[in-house]
Amino acid sequence: MIVEAGHYALVLAFVLALFQATVPLIGVGLRDARLMQSARSVALTQFAFVAIAYAALTYAHVTSDFSLVNVYENSHSAKPLVYKISGVWGNHEGSMLLWVLVLSICGASVALFSRIMPETLRAGALGVQGWIGAAFLLFVLATSNPFARFAQAPLEGRDLNPILQDPGLAIHPPLLYLGYVGFSVTFSFAAAALISGRIDAGWARIVRPWVLAAWTFLTLGIAMGSYWAYYTLGWGGFWFWDPVENASLMPWLAGTALLHCMSVMQKRDALKIWTIFLAILAFSLSLLGTFLVRSGVLTSVHAFANDPARGVFILVILVLFIGGALVLFALRANTLQAGGVFAPVSREGALVLNNLLLTCACATVFIGTLYPLVLEAVTGEKISVGAPYFNLTFVPLCLPLAIAMPFGQQLAWKRGSLLGAAQRLTLAIGCEFLAVVALALVKGGPVLSVMAAGLAIFLITGSFADIGARALRGGGHVFARAFGLPRSAWATAIAHAGIGVTLFGLASTGWGVEEVARMQPGQTVAVGPYEVTVASITPGKGPNYDETVAHTLVRSGGVAITEINPSQRFYPVREMHRAEAGIATLGLGQIYMSVAEVNRDGSIDARLYWKPFVILIWIGALVMAAGGLLSLSDRRIGFAFVARARRSAAPAFQQAAE
Amino acid sequence: MIWVVFAVMTGLAVFSVLWPLSRSRRISPANLPNISLYEAQVAEIDRDAASGLIPAPDVPAAKAEAARRLLAVSAAQPRSAPSQRNLRIAALAAIILIPVLALGLYSRVGRPDLPDEPLSDRLQATDSGKTDIAAAIVRIEAHLREHPEDGRGWDVIAPVYLRLGRADDARRAFTEAIRLLGDSAAREAGLGEAILANAQGVVTAEARQAFEKAKAADPALPQPRYYLGVAALQDGKPDEARAIWTKLADEAPAGASWVPVIRQRIAALDGTPAAGPDGAAGKSIAALPPAQRAAAIRSMVEGLSARLQQSGGSLDEWQRLVRAYSVLNEPEKARAALIHARKNLSGDAGANAELDRLAHQLGLEG
Repeated sequence: MIVEAGHYALVLAFVLALFQATVPLIGVGLRDARLMQSARSVALTQFAFVAIAYAALTYAHVTSDFSLVNVYENSHSAKPLVYKISGVWGNHEGSMLLWVLVLSICGASVALFSRIMPETLRAGALGVQGWIGAAFLLFVLATSNPFARFAQAPLEGRDLNPILQDPGLAIHPPLLYLGYVGFSVTFSFAAAALISGRIDAGWARIVRPWVLAAWTFLTLGIAMGSYWAYYTLGWGGFWFWDPVENASLMPWLAGTALLHCMSVMQKRDALKIWTIFLAILAFSLSLLGTFLVRSGVLTSVHAFANDPARGVFILVILVLFIGGALVLFALRANTLQAGGVFAPVSREGALVLNNLLLTCACATVFIGTLYPLVLEAVTGEKISVGAPYFNLTFVPLCLPLAIAMPFGQQLAWKRGSLLGAAQRLTLAIGCEFLAVVALALVKGGPVLSVMAAGLAIFLITGSFADIGARALRGGGHVFARAFGLPRSAWATAIAHAGIGVTLFGLASTGWGVEEVARMQPGQTVAVGPYEVTVASITPGKGPNYDETVAHTLVRSGGVAITEINPSQRFYPVREMHRAEAGIATLGLGQIYMSVAEVNRDGSIDARLYWKPFVILIWIGALVMAAGGLLSLSDRRIGFAFVARARRSAAPAFQQAAE
Repeated sequence: MIWVVFAVMTGLAVFSVLWPLSRSRRISPANLPNISLYEAQVAEIDRDAASGLIPAPDVPAAKAEAARRLLAVSAAQPRSAPSQRNLRIAALAAIILIPVLALGLYSRVGRPDLPDEPLSDRLQATDSGKTDIAAAIVRIEAHLREHPEDGRGWDVIAPVYLRLGRADDARRAFTEAIRLLGDSAAREAGLGEAILANAQGVVTAEARQAFEKAKAADPALPQPRYYLGVAALQDGKPDEARAIWTKLADEAPAGASWVPVIRQRIAALDGTPAAGPDGAAGKSIAALPPAQRAAAIRSMVEGLSARLQQSGGSLDEWQRLVRAYSVLNEPEKARAALIHARKNLSGDAGANAELDRLAHQLGLEG
């Protein structure tokens, strides 16, 4: 009964989404406050029903109810509990249900938070959310129903893809979806603004927290996915320019651009049309990502099942929403009032440069991802576009971006001085120079690594130059002044420094060491500054797999410092092998060992890596996300500001009217 | 019970639309959201000016700009008195459309008749007396995963596999049982039958070897001798087959239920039409030892399938074939039979509906 109740809840959620898509928008058209008001309660109820459906599916997975096709195909009674729970979204149907759940969470949050927003805007935005929700709920019900049943239930399931039986599955998809789908809120607000034809700085203020939240989650989701790929795939790589990765990078780039141009709109009431366009673009790219991953166009671990009907359905959704939004944009954009002009050397000028570079970078990724697909569809020829293409296009666009970043932070709104900015960055430039010299002397190695690491140091120090200068200016204690600065200033500095940290990690790959060796127990291989010895190779048994574990000692100068246990696992139900890498984090670097093959004579073929500073790549992303969260907590930008604005009501209004 | 739950959920959904429509909201100017938004903007301009982000001379202009925006927005506030007619239409739409759409859609995709089937409940159900062979198998399999060296477990499950037509598993289980517990006539005979079933009823060299071993271990055991006869027949030595079977029938204990089958086969060798009416064959099959029964049923089903595919048949026969495959736990073959049946009976809408119903019953859809 629980299962069917969940199924019915999903159907009800779809019907409610249809109401959410029509009634509030009619209300906006008729300027009827009560019809508009219905958007909120319907969005909340719709969320409740999707949540019930999701909980019911989770229940079925946890109790191994194999009368559900979805559970039978993706679960096994012997699977550990945590993978029974995360396995709910480790398959096509379940992951689409998670998508819809996150969408309804976004809708419910719009209904609950930001009481400050005008009723027309909220009703319009929730109406558009309703359309998106209805489209995807219909997609789930019609082509990917997780509640399809067997009349006679099999007694055992077919287990989950072993690559997905990993803690990463518990974290990566929800975060990524919060990011992807979070941009639907921005999209809905943009569409609502186009429908009402009014957009101003207040709009930017209302929408900015949503962009920030989506961006923060997307940053974390991408970083988590990258780390997962790094330790699971056994190659020690963390970014493969694989279309699925690019699909998440594109909305991130567009979202980053959106985040920056929103601050221009908020402060200067300018770049309005561009902001709206970016808001549409960010979600369109999210939809494109969903299409690429879910339609079966690409073969990857993410594409759980290939079914042409699904691909066509998502394609139709994609075309309707992107096309609809762009038509609306074309019709309404010219009615929007453009903001004032501004000087090239100013904060806003710098942000325009940022937008230009980010969108170009996004375009290169777009071309590199879609060109092979289009070419294959048209001519049938298979080509793969990989790192060489992106190194020649994407990287050259990011370098000037990184160099310009600290400068932009030093410029004031309306008119800034480049010379003044350079002066304030003297210290940072000095640090960069020192770092380059020091690294060249100590590490040597590829010129590119040394230069990039120097640039990273410049970025990190330069990010805080603004805060330092503002803290030193004027009287009072330096630290008191620094911490008295608005949190958004800190947030900017921290997020930018995060980019620097990641860049340092990326630069350090040039100093990495790689070894491939056939190893017997007792054998030692030198990897960078460490010696790695296989102590023993033993068979083991997990709940639903058999494994061969290589117990391995890591020594530094003859002293054993740590032990790693890379293994090769075999999952009998799916008859699949999977390597579980052994990773030891030593300082900021990692020793990485992966068992590629277990040989008949008892030896193993192992890949060994020493990766100095590698974890900085992901720590940088965490730092960026921390910046995003800090900015969200700033009362002027984030959700919290609502409450405060209510408390201090009338006086400021009167004061301004005078 | 489940319909009560559905009704409550539908009610909640309808209520979520009706509730905001029924509330009369007064919007006073002081509560206009834009004003607090505007205040926040002015406060922010002050802060930015204080920290030097906005040059001091620009501050009044920035504030005036914000005030202009507020005026522009305030001009377009929603009407405070909504039209009753719109509300009534919306309310009526919610009351009618939500249940109709939801139940209509659910009746197409849902299965309210199917209960939840958590695995633990199904396994427990066996303990409390209901015989569920499948559940027992799952438990033995789980046990064998933990203790693959338990020969008795393999010995118990092997004939069950064989009876269910899981020939591959049966062969593996018999092999394991023989490896762990040693030879026995029954195990070797079972292994032979498993290999035989794997080879679609052909007595391969391997199967023959197993039967020979079984016969050596227990010359009185009928199965190996019967199949050695089949092997002889396959080799084109009907005389040898007749000799083996005649000897087997003669030595049989009085009243052995499988003797008539053997007599029939001997008669068939002699060219006498011996295959009696279905009823008689059915009875003699029921009398066979379980392992042989499975093989006999299988060969009958295959025969039916071949006949129907060649020369077609009635709805009733096709249904029997689909059911038989379903019982033999071969959903692919059952589905294939369904497809053939639909083709064969394509002119008959009523028959097709019957087939759909059958497929639904047996859970064979898509």
